[in-house]
Amino acid sequence: MSALALPRHSLVLAKRNLIGVTRNPEALLDVTFQPVIFLALFTYIFGGALAGGSQQDYLQFLLPGVLAQMVAFASVSIGVNLNTDIEKGVFDRFRSLPISRAAPLVGAVFADIVRYVLMCAVTIGFGYAIGFRAETSPLEVLAAAGIVIAFALCLSWASVFIGTIARTPGAVQGIVLLTMFPLTFGTSTFVPTSTMPDWLQTFTDVNPLTHLIGVLRALMLGDPMGNHLLWTLVSMAVLLVVFVPLALRSYGRRA
Amino acid sequence: MDYAIEAEGLRKRFGDTQALDGVDLAARRGTVLGVLGPNGAGKTTAVRILATLIQADAGSARINGIDVAREPAKVRETIGLTGQYASVDELLTGEQNLTMIGQLLNLSGKRAKARAHELLEWFDLTDAAKRPAKTYSGGMRRRLDLAASLVGRPSVIFLDEPTTGLDPSKREDMWGVVRSLVHDGSTVLLTTQYLEEADALADEITVINHGSVIAHDTPSGLKRVVGGQRLTVRPVDPDRLDETATIIGDLAGTRAEHTGRGVVSVPVAGDEVLGDAIYRLNEANIAVTELSLHLPSLDEVFFTLTGRTENPQEVLA
Repeated sequence: MSALALPRHSLVLAKRNLIGVTRNPEALLDVTFQPVIFLALFTYIFGGALAGGSQQDYLQFLLPGVLAQMVAFASVSIGVNLNTDIEKGVFDRFRSLPISRAAPLVGAVFADIVRYVLMCAVTIGFGYAIGFRAETSPLEVLAAAGIVIAFALCLSWASVFIGTIARTPGAVQGIVLLTMFPLTFGTSTFVPTSTMPDWLQTFTDVNPLTHLIGVLRALMLGDPMGNHLLWTLVSMAVLLVVFVPLALRSYGRRA
Repeated sequence: MDYAIEAEGLRKRFGDTQALDGVDLAARRGTVLGVLGPNGAGKTTAVRILATLIQADAGSARINGIDVAREPAKVRETIGLTGQYASVDELLTGEQNLTMIGQLLNLSGKRAKARAHELLEWFDLTDAAKRPAKTYSGGMRRRLDLAASLVGRPSVIFLDEPTTGLDPSKREDMWGVVRSLVHDGSTVLLTTQYLEEADALADEITVINHGSVIAHDTPSGLKRVVGGQRLTVRPVDPDRLDETATIIGDLAGTRAEHTGRGVVSVPVAGDEVLGDAIYRLNEANIAVTELSLHLPSLDEVFFTLTGRTENPQEVLA
């Protein structure tokens, strides 16, 4: 097997996932409708109260946070889909072929790139429509989107791992969502963490999403970057180092 | 002798269930090995071990001489697997399913597509090629699934209950496919709950029950185990079935049974009744489409071997 076989087979399998998406467009609701709902909901319902009357100021603060939150929520679907594929026997076919066992998993992650690009476009696009304005250069906004997508792909592996160990697709959804709720609310998405009690701040300081949001606010609003980028890259590396081998191992062993 | 499939002492446990408890299997190159047993006998587990999807707890197996545990990647290059439930991607069209497999087998896009069309035509799916597989009927899905396992022209093919749930005419289509595969030189391991199917297709049959082999023989060798012969008659006119039953019942000195639609049969002591049967039916002016003296069916063999007198599925249910 040549060294190029894994990326080539992964691309073939990514194409399969994307064809699936075109046949099943409602599978994209979590990266299209969901960010729109969250932006609108928090801006117009809570925004006025949270930002002392200015919904516009709140939207500026909120949008980078919603991008990070949507990454976390959207990571549920890859695990659910993998688990469904395993359950339906489609993966038995792949496992009986002379291809790397990693290819179906890597292929699914590749295909997710499209979902996250769409998610960034919808979130930022809708944000602009209701008045969000980046305070930095377009290049920096693009860089922010790039970081969002890269972080999403690393986080996907955690969902992939759950997808390979859970018994049912419903269980995958439950486990991943349950993990994502404290992560996405226990951070600076909706309010500055300085308003939270000390014990909670201890958590928000180590929450990788806090640093991701820090990076996004720096790149989109011109906030100070601090060490947010470093910690974001570290957490991405940790996600890969921990969950890629775990996912491959449990997928290989799954009877 | 030249074996394409060899396995000795396969054991596999899932939790409290000993799915396989020391199973030996062997199939000579270019033949069909039927693995026969009721639900839960361990057939699928054996296939999954041989197809490198899971590892045995103990025992060893080789496909074309290659050890499945030591060199699974090499084994995968020579096998095709059709699972118990059709494992095709429902959202992809038939053509996309097969082209994808071809590309995963390192065919160029163009050659993968050509191979897909070849198989679609062979399996009579050309008209449905552009439709998502979820719109296919059960029989079409099975055919697509089997086609998918043949994209790489495997020399050893595992068919795990390929006709379960198919209606009889589709089942015979599938049998035709199996025969042509073997004709082309492939070796087929076929699991089935249908004794009739193993009888129709297999060169040798391994009967397994509760994870153990309880018999291995040729179909006729297995039938000899239970002994005795049966006379079976199918009159041209189904309305004369009862009359036919009375005649052959008289000959055999016992009641004739209705063993199928339009068919009656009786156990007989020897072949001397055959001439009498022809004479008496002729005398009564009953034309027949079928009149045969044959060994017992595999159903009876199976029941004799396992000591069960009921339908094995009902026992398990």
